[in-house]
Amino acid sequence: MIPRILFAALAVATLALPAAAEIDIEEIETPGGISVWLVEEPTIPFVALEIVFRGGTSLDPADKGGAVNLMTALLEEGAADMDARAFAAARDDLAASFRFDASDDSVSVSARFLSETQEAAADLLRVALVEPRFDDDAVERVRAQVLSGLRSDAEDPNAIAGRAFAAAVYGDHPYARPGDGTLDSVAALTRDDLLDAHAGALARDRVHVAAAGDITAEDLAALVDRVLGGLPETGAELPGPAARSFDGGTAVIDFPTPQSVISFGQPGIDRHDPDFFAAYVVNQILGGGGFGSRLTEEVRVKRGLTYGIYSYLSAKDHADLYVGGASTANARAAETVDVVRAEWARMAAEGPTEAEVEAAKTYLIGGYPLRFDSNASIARIMVGMQLDGLTPDYIATRNDKVAAVTVEDVRRVAAELLDPDALTFFVVGQPEGLTAGN
Amino acid sequence: MMSMSRRCSGFVAAFALVAAPLAAMAAPDAGVSQFTLDNGMEVVVVEDHRAPAVVHMVWYRTGAADEPAGVSGIAHYLEHLMFKGTDDMGPGEFSDVVRANGGQDNAFTSWDYTGYFQRVAADLLPDMMAMEADRMTDLVLTDAVALPERDVILEERAQRVDSDPGSILREQMRAAQYLNHPYGVPIIGWRHEMERLDTEAAIDFYRTHYAPNNAILIVAGDVTPGDVRALAEEHYGPIPANPEIGARMRPAEPPQMAARRVVLEDARVAQPYVARSYLAPERDAGDQGRAAALTLLSDLLGSGTDSFLSERMQFGSGNAIYTGAWYGGMSLDATTFNVTVVPGEGATLSEIEAELDVVLADFIETGVDADKLARLKRQYAADAVYDMDDVQRRAQRIGSALTSGLTLDDVAAWPDAIQAVTADDILAAARDVLRPEASVTGWLTAPAETPEVTQ
Repeated sequence: MIPRILFAALAVATLALPAAAEIDIEEIETPGGISVWLVEEPTIPFVALEIVFRGGTSLDPADKGGAVNLMTALLEEGAADMDARAFAAARDDLAASFRFDASDDSVSVSARFLSETQEAAADLLRVALVEPRFDDDAVERVRAQVLSGLRSDAEDPNAIAGRAFAAAVYGDHPYARPGDGTLDSVAALTRDDLLDAHAGALARDRVHVAAAGDITAEDLAALVDRVLGGLPETGAELPGPAARSFDGGTAVIDFPTPQSVISFGQPGIDRHDPDFFAAYVVNQILGGGGFGSRLTEEVRVKRGLTYGIYSYLSAKDHADLYVGGASTANARAAETVDVVRAEWARMAAEGPTEAEVEAAKTYLIGGYPLRFDSNASIARIMVGMQLDGLTPDYIATRNDKVAAVTVEDVRRVAAELLDPDALTFFVVGQPEGLTAGN
Repeated sequence: MMSMSRRCSGFVAAFALVAAPLAAMAAPDAGVSQFTLDNGMEVVVVEDHRAPAVVHMVWYRTGAADEPAGVSGIAHYLEHLMFKGTDDMGPGEFSDVVRANGGQDNAFTSWDYTGYFQRVAADLLPDMMAMEADRMTDLVLTDAVALPERDVILEERAQRVDSDPGSILREQMRAAQYLNHPYGVPIIGWRHEMERLDTEAAIDFYRTHYAPNNAILIVAGDVTPGDVRALAEEHYGPIPANPEIGARMRPAEPPQMAARRVVLEDARVAQPYVARSYLAPERDAGDQGRAAALTLLSDLLGSGTDSFLSERMQFGSGNAIYTGAWYGGMSLDATTFNVTVVPGEGATLSEIEAELDVVLADFIETGVDADKLARLKRQYAADAVYDMDDVQRRAQRIGSALTSGLTLDDVAAWPDAIQAVTADDILAAARDVLRPEASVTGWLTAPAETPEVTQ
């Protein structure tokens, strides 16, 4: 039993939430000319460092699929005078951790190291990025791992759905090809291909850097120059905009599994479009944020069709999409697709209610300051902001931009953005009552 | 110019000197306090004032291993149903309130615990407590909301287990590993029993296990112990204890006498592998030495490029493309020690399994590499620093410890227990645990046109 009065009080508390996060970002220009963002937080004696090179697997030439991915996986497999095991031992001696990842838009490095070991950690990171060895035995060992992953992907309904989606939507853009490559393309990669991928992907003209933790601006500037100074000034040319072909149909990819994996999408909206925040609110109401969204309510809560359904605005460097997904029993896949199509059309036609818009805005506003809760997350957010072309003052003004969105904006943007005729489904499984076609 | 490796080793010497003070600065009990309400509800506060946020968690000392026979999955189904309303709040309203304030909420079920949490602005803590206290005893369920949710958990099972041959193998191996203890029953439940779960079974489980004297409140973030105490007394204090709740008594494992073998053939398997599990002792209150040794054993065997399995099977023979070892000591009752080997092209499962057994025997024969052990201990000391960055993870670790029979003192003593492990301790633990008669060997494989002869 709880007093009702408490919930009246809650509505008031909403308005009293901090509207802006207080994060003190220092913008540093290193002597070597690299721009770095820092949040100095000396409480815990370590540093979280994020380095992102724009480009990623989309830089692979058409006949070298998987080169950037394999190159990235080999950065920690031997550098300078260390082979793979010596490098691992040196890193572990410092109790540092480095994660190297390749995605379709970037190669990213997440590093963390103790403040006391920052110079040695920087030296180690430098050789991984600047002087990787690509030893034959390491290449073959990691190549076998990548090939094993590709064989598993061929039997994984989620991976199959992702590939079918990309191949159908992006035309002849690199996005249409699997970033990890194919069995044939990876098998054919040579050491020279890896050196080319390295020279093309890791260059100073496309790097973004952010750090949070126990380090001064002066030390960080020196550290970043030390790590990145030996990289070439320029790299490979970035691909242009991708096609976004959505025919509004439902493609079925037969695969023997008890549950159908459903991916859906349509064109999205540019991150810098004046209507972006209104679109963000539209998605929050339709399929964002898990519980409370219309899709979760209709597909999961009312009908029990799935464990989870989601949608999000996907702002890739070369294509803005609006996408989503769910998994559901083969027997009920057709019903799930129908409900999603109906909700898409209903939101386009009628827009959200005033209460839905208010709830979405208070969620987005209230949740924003809570994101800045650790060195690791602050560093990640800052480098993400740089990739989005934002400036540090965005943090202080972002919530005002959400607050400024009106119900009329959201309804107008819902009608403009949501395109039920373009909403295209890719279903992997053996869905009953679902046939391919428009 | 000095070589890279020499520069690093010079640095390591310097670092060894600072490791101890670092560890002391970042002890797991820094900023942690504890008290108990009159009704028996335990409270733990973890202070971290870097962000104006708070994580509010209630953990119940009950999980899938406390279910009556025949209703597997009921602990987890109840966890889902706890969002379906009370006498005061409608279905979904709890989450609506959290979300309307920018917060996030969720819940989790394991064999030993069920937990509910919200992450919100610190000034919303009183409201979270009011709602969580409400659903501790006032849950109201109807078939209209509960039956679609049963379909949801069946879809969850389909997604997590039935769609993934590796998950099916793990489920079958656990069932074979535990001869008598309910850890052999999956948390999500067996499908045929899940299909028959109902609100009555859920309410039975709820009435039996949900009460303040079976719960732990953990509040982590921008709070003070004084404020939390006052709020906890106000919101949770009035709920009466359930005197029926006693210590958890589960069927114990008999001596395990025979190696078991599980072979899963599934057309969806593209990459076959061998998995091995051994019954292993867990961390016990005041007695964590063996578990600490097993933790380091798993790292030495199967964690990272320079681990023993990797050196022998990936770098040495080259027959494996992946090797790994894992041990989870946080468990109320006997846990498992696990090893996985993925063969490269050209090696059969029989061959890779035989090689694994040779390599495990060699490890015990060869002894522990002192440099590697020292390196691992330095990493654990540093982890204590890195762990301080994530207050929710600290709260999570404390919750799973307290629901696994450990105390805050045990959590605080764990880093020292790791540092105290000797090479001999690790070899003794390996001899104790890596016994074929307490093991299950699992093969994941695609149906062969000409079946491989199994041994």
